[in-house]
Amino acid sequence: MQLIKRTLGLVCMMLGPLAIWYLVSTASSEIARKPGTDTWIQWGVFVGVFLPIAIGLVLFGYYALRGEYDRLPSRSDEL
Amino acid sequence: MAATTTASSSKGIRSVIWASSLGTLIEWYDFYIFGSLATVIATQFFPKSDPTAALLSVLATFAAGFIVRPFGALVFGRIGDLVGRKYTFLLTLIIMGGSTFCIGLVPSYESIGFAAPIIVLVLRLLQGLALGGEYGGAATYVAEHAPPGRRGFYTSWIQTTATLGLFVSLGVILLTRHSLDSDPAASIAKFNDWGWRIPFLLSIVLVGVSVYIRLKMHESPLFAKLKSEGKTSTNPLKESFAHKRNLKMVLLALFGATMGQGVVWYTGQFYAQSFLENTCKLDFDQSRTILIWAILFATPFFVVFGAWSDRIGRKWIMIAGMVLAVFTYRPLFGTMLDLTDASKSRMEQVDVHSTSVVQPPENTKTVVDTSTYWKLVGIVFILILYVTMVYGPIAAFLVELFPTRIRYTSMSLPYHIGNGVFGGLTPFIATLLTTMHVGDKLVGLWYPIIIAGVSCLIGGVYLTAKLDRNVND
Repeated sequence: MQLIKRTLGLVCMMLGPLAIWYLVSTASSEIARKPGTDTWIQWGVFVGVFLPIAIGLVLFGYYALRGEYDRLPSRSDEL
Repeated sequence: MAATTTASSSKGIRSVIWASSLGTLIEWYDFYIFGSLATVIATQFFPKSDPTAALLSVLATFAAGFIVRPFGALVFGRIGDLVGRKYTFLLTLIIMGGSTFCIGLVPSYESIGFAAPIIVLVLRLLQGLALGGEYGGAATYVAEHAPPGRRGFYTSWIQTTATLGLFVSLGVILLTRHSLDSDPAASIAKFNDWGWRIPFLLSIVLVGVSVYIRLKMHESPLFAKLKSEGKTSTNPLKESFAHKRNLKMVLLALFGATMGQGVVWYTGQFYAQSFLENTCKLDFDQSRTILIWAILFATPFFVVFGAWSDRIGRKWIMIAGMVLAVFTYRPLFGTMLDLTDASKSRMEQVDVHSTSVVQPPENTKTVVDTSTYWKLVGIVFILILYVTMVYGPIAAFLVELFPTRIRYTSMSLPYHIGNGVFGGLTPFIATLLTTMHVGDKLVGLWYPIIIAGVSCLIGGVYLTAKLDRNVND
């Protein structure tokens, strides 16, 4: 199970940049296809909101890879 | 003596649930009427020269209402962990009610020009901020009153409020729309002109009642104890997000639970309605009454799954809801499309020029027969059943993940990123996908399917099914 957790952590670390690349490339092509304020605002919101979340996914993957989730606290007061 | 104490305690927890749930329900009502009336608001507050631009502007405003929710979670979560739960969620209720009431008073674009959409946008942002602070407070407040083995059951009443808020908002809108004149067409015309303001203005009465009830409640006993001992957090934001021990749990809550839960929720309730109305071209009233019936039948299951999670743990119920969503969304939405396809079933096409607030590309809307109508209710019921599985236990799950001193802040952020950002943008992104890939009417479902798939994989591997029975820390 620990191996699965760490491997999935690595996958999450790769998924973050992949999601950012997909988002930015789709935003660029959509803005080029249909230039206008609405398109800019719409894709600007998507990129602005999902970028920090993708970074969070990379951080989650990094923690998982380092074994931070190998044993979860059984009680909240352990935090 | 013991029996008297138990009865008194039982009455106490019922009051806590009632006061918290009523206020949260009203907040959801306030929040949803804006979304439900998006097309009417577009005609009132945004330039009419380009209807698409007007609709997009409102949807962007709608999205803004969702995107600011995480900021509300940070602002009010911090206050809730510093000052207390009771006064914080009282404040959010007043901000929400005041904003909603004011939207009902804003003059139209024709009267005051660009000031109108700007004021509406600001008020919508305030609504989003208030909602971001409300839910965490109510869930924490109830959970901190609940006995250890009943936390899922008691907090599940809070979970019903989001769906019931939608139910009430749809009901009030339909009722208002049809009661302004004895002639149905005239009534709808009056509603589109000025009657849409009534559901907004009504909010102030509901909020007034709820504030009165909440004022009589006491502070959470766990928080009051911490405060009296001087053990509350001095910097909840730093403790929640700058300390790795807690941050890793916030990230796990987001990616392993709330992210998937959010898209399942918004697909089941909001995208389903949008799909029925815009893709299946179903009549305005029918698309809404189908949702109303489905909500009515499915809502008790929030409590069923919440209570069940007290016995078997929160994890697998939520994961099961996500897995079912991933594998059945396309067949279920495909069936809705088939059922409403004019070539496959008997139905009536009506001219909606004079009756609907929505102007579709083809000026006809489908009115399905009774049998098809109830089949559609059944499908939407299944979609909302998935919502009850993922959403019923999540308040107890989040409460148990974090300690009392930073609970409000820590649980609010992943909840509102999951629900506000991932969930709230679901109808918008799914609709956008259908405009990018016009050949497949179900293409929009890939967004919730992929997000829920990733979330249930992460949740399945990393989360524990073990319950933290003692949250008095």
